[in-house]
Amino acid sequence: MKLITEKRELSSQLFRFIAPIISVLVALFVAGFLLQAAGVNPAQAYFEILQEALGSTYGLSETLVKTTPLIFASLGVSLAFRMQIWNIGAEGQIYMGACGASGVALFSGIESHPVMITAMFLAAFLCGGLWAGVAGILRARWRVNEVIVTLLMNYIAILGVDYLIYGPWKDPKGYNFPLTAQFSDAARLTEYFDTRFHSGFFLALFCALVLYLFMERTVWGYEIKVIGSNPKAARYAGMRTGLAIFAVLFLSGAIAGIAGFGEVAGLQHRLQHGISPGYGYTAIIIAWLAKRSALGVVIVSFLMGVLLVGGDSLQLTWQLPVAFVYAFQGLILFFLLASDFFIHNRLKLVKGDHHA
Amino acid sequence: MSNLLQIQNIRKTFPGVVALDDISLSIAPGEIHTLLGENGAGKSTLMNVLTGLYRPDRGEILFDGAPIHFNSPRDSLAVGIGMVHQHFMLVPAHTVFENILLALDGVPLLFSKKKYKQQVQTILDDLELDLDLDDPVWKLSIGAQQWIELIKLLARDCRLLILDEPTAVLTPQESARLFEVLTRLRDRGKSILFISHKMREVMELSDRVTVLKKGCSLVTLKRGEYDENRLASLMIGEDQIPMWIKPACKRDQLALEIKNLSVRNTRGRADLDNFNMKLYRGQILGVAGVAGNGQKPLAEVLTGLKEATSGRILAGDKDITNSTARSSYIAGIAHIPEDRKSIGIAPDMTVGDNLIMKNFNSKLFRRWIFQDRAAIRKNATAKIDQFAIKAGPDGNPVRYLSGGNIQKVIIARELSEKPAVLVALYPTRGLDIGSAEYVHKVIIDGANQGMSTILISEDLDELLKLSDEIVVMFRGRLVGCVDPQETTREEIGLLMSGEVQT
Repeated sequence: MKLITEKRELSSQLFRFIAPIISVLVALFVAGFLLQAAGVNPAQAYFEILQEALGSTYGLSETLVKTTPLIFASLGVSLAFRMQIWNIGAEGQIYMGACGASGVALFSGIESHPVMITAMFLAAFLCGGLWAGVAGILRARWRVNEVIVTLLMNYIAILGVDYLIYGPWKDPKGYNFPLTAQFSDAARLTEYFDTRFHSGFFLALFCALVLYLFMERTVWGYEIKVIGSNPKAARYAGMRTGLAIFAVLFLSGAIAGIAGFGEVAGLQHRLQHGISPGYGYTAIIIAWLAKRSALGVVIVSFLMGVLLVGGDSLQLTWQLPVAFVYAFQGLILFFLLASDFFIHNRLKLVKGDHHA
Repeated sequence: MSNLLQIQNIRKTFPGVVALDDISLSIAPGEIHTLLGENGAGKSTLMNVLTGLYRPDRGEILFDGAPIHFNSPRDSLAVGIGMVHQHFMLVPAHTVFENILLALDGVPLLFSKKKYKQQVQTILDDLELDLDLDDPVWKLSIGAQQWIELIKLLARDCRLLILDEPTAVLTPQESARLFEVLTRLRDRGKSILFISHKMREVMELSDRVTVLKKGCSLVTLKRGEYDENRLASLMIGEDQIPMWIKPACKRDQLALEIKNLSVRNTRGRADLDNFNMKLYRGQILGVAGVAGNGQKPLAEVLTGLKEATSGRILAGDKDITNSTARSSYIAGIAHIPEDRKSIGIAPDMTVGDNLIMKNFNSKLFRRWIFQDRAAIRKNATAKIDQFAIKAGPDGNPVRYLSGGNIQKVIIARELSEKPAVLVALYPTRGLDIGSAEYVHKVIIDGANQGMSTILISEDLDELLKLSDEIVVMFRGRLVGCVDPQETTREEIGLLMSGEVQT
């Protein structure tokens, strides 16, 4: 007897759909052992995550607060993925977006709320876009691998922002903390229900809708899909693939940049150290889990939001390290990639040795 | 007679399609067995079953009398079944020897290069092949690359050699050489499964021929039991191969003129060298030549995929030398590319989406920035109907279609804008007789309506049948121009080899 793998010619549609769900469940199961090892009852811990993230107005609002940047960043990442462009730099693009929006908020002196918010939005869009656009130009003109460029530019962005807030942009009245001065009221997004939940969430939903229409209904979406499916054929059909690579990376970074805008305008009201605790990396997992669909991104971002908020409470009540949440995210991605294998192959037990 | 390979009642289905339905076939040791059939008849599927890429749903494969089950090409290689694919599996930057070494099993971590080289050289000497083991593969002609593929299998001591359309890329002279070698291998007891569409080769070479049609093995005939007419009628199911009436081209109106065109490749060598050509309205101009003598760059430069180094291309009185693929298309040049799967289609997208790839931006399929899905669907239905494309269920990705049907999708798309000029690169390569006839009919119909065609092909029969004039290319130059009514195969063959010039 031995175990062999065999290609499925027809991967089941149903299985394709439930595979991500199974992956999450298996990840939960395996993470259970980690919890057990840390002396925590897994069932209790999971219940607590749900309770904490969804069981109260405060918890739910916090979950949505975390969901917001995740939606933006994941939309950006998944747009690039659709064209087989791997933008690993959403984290840096968030920082650049936050930086651009903060610059406008701090130094433009605009007093009208709508004008200020629009200007901040555009600045974030542009900064995130141009940051990713660098990788776009390098890739389109000299075929430099965008994975490396976007990844490494994360560090430049994060450290660049650190320079500003430790240096020239530091709030003189901030007791030497690495943060800028508070924004004026004109530069704040509306908050609801006396919580930190802000209108950036609705902007994220709107953005998802626009992106869905863009990909599925417009001529440009069609072009992106053709290029993603076969770049040579796209060139042969007269599409300007170089321009498309730049445009898609620009847009991808710009949307991730909006996440930075949401964080400073809606939440922190200033630029500070660690403005994103790795949303840009989580976005990669989300884009993959969501199979790059805009609706999927919204749902999965929410689930990740639950996990982040719930994970925080685990830290508080059980003194678990934050690394647990990251480990859990890693497990999900791991099982998800594994599930891709099982979508296309099946395991089979055969008797004897068939290899002549 | 004990058979080396016996295939019994193999059945293989894909979603919605029966690719192989009850195929039986046997191959004896020391036999050249030819598999003949239209595209979609199941030849490729059968090959993929034999080389372990697909698993049959039903039926049995016996090798040396013992039943075998393959899970991967590795398993089939292990029992001694090897295949020379249409698309070579070689590493261009490596040397001939390194490529052969890659194919061998059980080479120890530290090995004696000399010993292995000696071994390979013995095979070469034995077959009287002149091949330098230290040459990098990219330097070699297509014909020489094919030898490497064959030697890879011989070095592994494969007992059954499968050759998929091996002569498609060879000159008549090279083909003859290949047949010589195959016959010699046969006489030494190797079994050869040969796939071809070319009747003449089949007649010349085979000990037995099996005709496949619609996934069934129709009949196996021994040498002497078949002739050209019988095989053709078995394959396409009618007794007569229709001959199309060639349109008389008046040569009064110039459609395209190429003046002193040169193209250099990345290594600085000339792909096209001072090339001159005139194409008249309604003319079918055949371009003969061994693959790799500038035909592809010619097509690419005409369709805007490559830039000319010097020289000019004139369409009427318009200079179209350097324009992008799209503006060429608008200027009226359509292109059927050589490598349909790698550049002709977006494999994951639907047939409908692929049909509009060239004119997705036109007002026909677009409302402002949005695509007009209804118009795209309507266009797909019309084209599928008009060109008899077997497209499968609605929304089927184009990669599930057979080669012939993919080619039809490309042709339907290219001809939909009523182009003034069609550049067709090997438009019937790998197609079955039925599909090939259809492509020919489309080209002739187009010519009758005033479309000019540059027909680049290695199939002399096709060129002789369709062309008003045949030009021959060698090393990027035009070395000859012959009248198809008067020329002979031998004359063209000699021109192709670069030995004479007219």
